[in-house]
Amino acid sequence: MTLPAAVPLSWYLALSGALFTIGVIGVLVRRNALVIFMSIELMLNAANLAFVAFSRYLHSLDGQIFVFFVMTVAAAEVAIGLAIIVNVFRLKETVYVDEINLMKG
Amino acid sequence: MMTTILFGAFGLLAVVCALLVILHKNPVTSALFLVLTFCSLAGLYLLLQAEFLAMVQVIVYAGAIMVLFLFVIMYLNLDRDVDDGVPHALRRWVGWAIGLLLLVETAVLLWNRWGAGPEGPAAPVAVGNTSAVGQLLYTRYLFPFEVTSVLLLVAIIGAVMLGKGRTQPGPSGVPPQ
Repeated sequence: MTLPAAVPLSWYLALSGALFTIGVIGVLVRRNALVIFMSIELMLNAANLAFVAFSRYLHSLDGQIFVFFVMTVAAAEVAIGLAIIVNVFRLKETVYVDEINLMKG
Repeated sequence: MMTTILFGAFGLLAVVCALLVILHKNPVTSALFLVLTFCSLAGLYLLLQAEFLAMVQVIVYAGAIMVLFLFVIMYLNLDRDVDDGVPHALRRWVGWAIGLLLLVETAVLLWNRWGAGPEGPAAPVAVGNTSAVGQLLYTRYLFPFEVTSVLLLVAIIGAVMLGKGRTQPGPSGVPPQ
């Protein structure tokens, strides 16, 4: 098998899909709210990789601008989300999502 | 040729570290592997000639965001690590099944469209990437850029409000009034 001179777009998309799926599995499988949060970051980064790859292959910089915005939103989301997790920990003494069932009714 | 090898190395590193993020028991180790994933993604951005984003990825993601994560993990001091029990095991298997289903769907989608789209990457632009991104950000995307600053302001206010803390938790986990 010979390696292509330039990496095809499909390879980047496959890598992005794999990372996104790993993130989804992390959200579904783990119970620790912090690890679930990290998995969400992983999914955002997978989407960012697809954005950058398309931006490169479609001769357009707009994808990179979108990645910039996604990073900003991720930073805001992490700040707020971690504050919420800390508050939940103060209240319930746990960060395991199946033990946080105040709204279960 | 060289880019293909680098793509393979960075991609493999990213996938392996991402798997370790979701599989490792200790959240601190997960966070450190996530830093490594972000760094390998920054390497991929460099391969895609997005130098500005690669630097932002390292500084903002691997630097600022992950420091926040590690700070909270160590602040909460989670020594109790339980991932056992029958209901949790069932839930875990269902999670794996759904996740692998998504993987198969993604693979089928990619398989049908494999090689579609542009053949090779665009020729490198003469002007620097940072300068080009900046030009676009301050002309066509000026309004979204300003809205982003408002978003960050809202996030700061929200974090301060949430971080102020109220009082001790009530006896049954009910928030005190």
